[in-house]
Amino acid sequence: MGNSFDLSPYLKVAGVTKTFGEFTALQDVSFSAERGEFLCVLGPSGCGKTTVLRILAGLEVQTGGSVHIENRDVSGLPISKRNVGIVFQSYALFPNLTAAQNVAYGLKSRRSQKERSAQRVAELLELVGLTGMGEKYPAQLSGGQQQRVALARAMALSPDLLLLDEPLSALDAQVRVLLRQEIRQLQQRLKVTTIMVTHDQEEALTMADRILVMDKGRLVQSGTPLEIYDRPATPFVAAFIGSMNFLENAVKVDTAVYRIGGCDLRVAGENGSQRLAIGGSATLGIRPEDILIWSDRRDAPNTLPAQVEAIEYRGPLFRVGLRLGPCGPGAARVEADIPSEKVRRLELRPAATLPVQLPEDRLRVYTA
Amino acid sequence: MHASARQASPIVTKELLSSLSTEAWISWLLILLTCAWLLVVVVLPVVQLVAKSLQDSQGGFVGLANYVAYFKNPALSNSLANSLYVSASTTLISVVLGFIFAFALTRSRIPGRGIFKGIAMMPLFAPTLLNGIALVYLFGRKGLITGGFFGTFAGVDIQVYGTVGIIISEAIYTFPQAVLILSIALNLADARLYEASESLGARWLRTFFCVTLPGIKYGLLSAVFVCFTLAFTDFGAPKVIGGNTNILATDIYKQVIGQQNFTMGAVVSIVLLVPTVVAFVVDRIVQRRQVAMIAARSVPLQPKLSLLRDGAFFVFCALVAAAILGFYATALFASLVKVWPYHLELGLWHYHFTGTGGGGYPAFWNSIRMSLYSAAAGTVIIFASAYLIEKSRKLNLLRRSAYFLSILPLALPGLVIGLAYIFFFNPRGWEFFGWWVPNPFSFLYATMAILVISNIVHFYTVGFLTATTALKQLDDEFETVSASMGVPFYKTFTRVTVPVCLPAVLEIGMYFFVNSMATVSAVIFLYSADIPLASVAVANMDDAGDTAPAAAMSVMIVLANIGVRVIFGGLTRSIKRRSQAWANG
Repeated sequence: MGNSFDLSPYLKVAGVTKTFGEFTALQDVSFSAERGEFLCVLGPSGCGKTTVLRILAGLEVQTGGSVHIENRDVSGLPISKRNVGIVFQSYALFPNLTAAQNVAYGLKSRRSQKERSAQRVAELLELVGLTGMGEKYPAQLSGGQQQRVALARAMALSPDLLLLDEPLSALDAQVRVLLRQEIRQLQQRLKVTTIMVTHDQEEALTMADRILVMDKGRLVQSGTPLEIYDRPATPFVAAFIGSMNFLENAVKVDTAVYRIGGCDLRVAGENGSQRLAIGGSATLGIRPEDILIWSDRRDAPNTLPAQVEAIEYRGPLFRVGLRLGPCGPGAARVEADIPSEKVRRLELRPAATLPVQLPEDRLRVYTA
Repeated sequence: MHASARQASPIVTKELLSSLSTEAWISWLLILLTCAWLLVVVVLPVVQLVAKSLQDSQGGFVGLANYVAYFKNPALSNSLANSLYVSASTTLISVVLGFIFAFALTRSRIPGRGIFKGIAMMPLFAPTLLNGIALVYLFGRKGLITGGFFGTFAGVDIQVYGTVGIIISEAIYTFPQAVLILSIALNLADARLYEASESLGARWLRTFFCVTLPGIKYGLLSAVFVCFTLAFTDFGAPKVIGGNTNILATDIYKQVIGQQNFTMGAVVSIVLLVPTVVAFVVDRIVQRRQVAMIAARSVPLQPKLSLLRDGAFFVFCALVAAAILGFYATALFASLVKVWPYHLELGLWHYHFTGTGGGGYPAFWNSIRMSLYSAAAGTVIIFASAYLIEKSRKLNLLRRSAYFLSILPLALPGLVIGLAYIFFFNPRGWEFFGWWVPNPFSFLYATMAILVISNIVHFYTVGFLTATTALKQLDDEFETVSASMGVPFYKTFTRVTVPVCLPAVLEIGMYFFVNSMATVSAVIFLYSADIPLASVAVANMDDAGDTAPAAAMSVMIVLANIGVRVIFGGLTRSIKRRSQAWANG
């Protein structure tokens, strides 16, 4: 084990398909994870992310494809033979057993190993910060504490794989933020390969080494949180994670130049649209926080006059609705997130007209 | 921390695949066993019963000839009309009174609701024979009221023998069921609907018809079906108080025991079974809808104080409670009186059971034994099979079949079970197209075992549904989490499921005991002379004119049942106390 010449990944999911009767839940899903990596499977409800988790756990048998852990084909193994730790949204803590008994549930209970088992339980409870709480029943613990017990229980047998099924969604917002960090730190300390399923983009962005975005049973993009947010591969990913303005009906008029109505927009490095022929149409995307507003006309590229249509206060920033004058009807409305300080300084008001810049390195191009 | 305790080996597949699903095999086998068991004790006997109704007394196939004969004989077919009339009247009375009573318990703030509910449940502990006997003592020829309280007042004769008596007995018998079902339905009310109605200026009558009734319509329907079925199939009360009015249940008994005409007994059984099955099917459909309604979240309704309304409810409840108490008190009193109505000395003469038939104390202890066995075996079988059906993964078809078979017994009246068992367990074998197939179950005939089995089947479904409801409240992922830790499901069953469901388990056990003690319909066909039973003794003593000892034996049954209920209450309380730490955090 741990052969340094072995280049194959720790977890390898290849071409997994799952159908339930007529319904295709998963379509040719492939991905891999290195030992100790934290993957988040992110997507809207019904996208198949839970099915991925259940197949990894051995709770469902895939219709096609395979799952390998350390080059071992586990495709046909049931959950009891997979050595996975699993934490459910409901935690599924046994209500009639104490926290310690819950954690010890899977440990060998033979007399000779009793002491070792007790020691292990104490070690695990300490690990999740519940020292001294072992004698409490789940109902006597807070939601966050229950979560930690479930985590300790899942880790008790040193699983090859830790599976987290929306583990934070039953908690209130503040505890959630705290536990996000704790789970991440714990995972890094234990170096356990972890797959977490979530529909919460913020959770995925803050916790994961890598995010797998799913939609309608397909894996649409995988990458680091930075890659996913900065270079969303499809309009779906862009809209699902954060928000994105789409300028539709753009026509490629030259290398890296797109025309919408009456304005030409330059795109740095074409952002992956080299293959689009001149004259082809595309959709341009830009995130609201990337749009810049200036107090005076500058000669920077992609700077257009725009009229303020609406201003919505959002605390640290304003979301400003802008109409890009020369771009013509249809694709001309964008929203920009402008820091509050700047809005005040520029004295932005509805109907005011200002120069707005869509920085060329922040524009994304999506071909149909 | 050790990275991985397991050896990675590339050639695990074949070897593991064969051993890995031992657990799945076990649960598959056990569910299959459940199906097989229900097939033998439910389906095959009923099939045998149907077959019998299509044969002549020699066993030759005659098609529907027996049914034609049945409907051509007015003495027999009149019973069907009588049964329908009696059951419909009972249902009307019972559901109306039960609704008002349940409404008072759940939607008013009258004092003593717990006591009222307790009293309303009393008929559940008594054999229905006792209802008939109590009526005899109240309204019979020498009854308390007929005789004007031993001549104190002018007497009133309500002609109790016949439909009147049967309807009163069955109304009392079905009343607690109606109250229970309707209380549950009324308790599910969503306060927000009432607030909305009030805020829109609706008066209470409008609120009642637009909010209250629609909210409980499924419960109401369910109560109607349950009351109708119980009254339609009951045998005990009509046996005692029916007089010359024949109904289906007593006809079956007369055909089989009186005239030894098993074929006609089978025919009448099927006639009895048909409306019951229809009610059962409709009720299942209705129940499924109600489940969907409960699933929605609601805010519990807190009734407001209203002196006038609560005053009226209190008077109503007090009257009903007094009637029920008085009813059974009369029976108790009669069992203690030396010679009714001439020597009103009190004593235990009739509790000696000397010089009467029926079997006396041995019969009583047999009943206790039988009820304990039924409770123990029934609870284990039902809870384990409900667990397998509810918590196993996959095997959907098998699980659904097992579920269906477990619900089926609800449609079977006790008399039908009893008669079907005679047909199924008595023969030494059957001839199929010239092949002699010996009956592998005939050794059970005329044993304690067949009595216990008949009780388990008779009361199967209610216990099964109780178990299923309790199991549904447990997290579905318990088994998954256990499996992920390599702990087999049966360990989780004993360490988690059973302890958490213990109150429900005890409730099932108590239900079995109480009903096995009181029932007469199934066992009256199946008991043997060397295993007399208390409830059968009541019927036989009453038949022989020994009404007072029959009342005494009934009182013994009620006392045993109340005793068990008290023990159950104590156990439940102590479990709740012990589990307080985890049960309601």
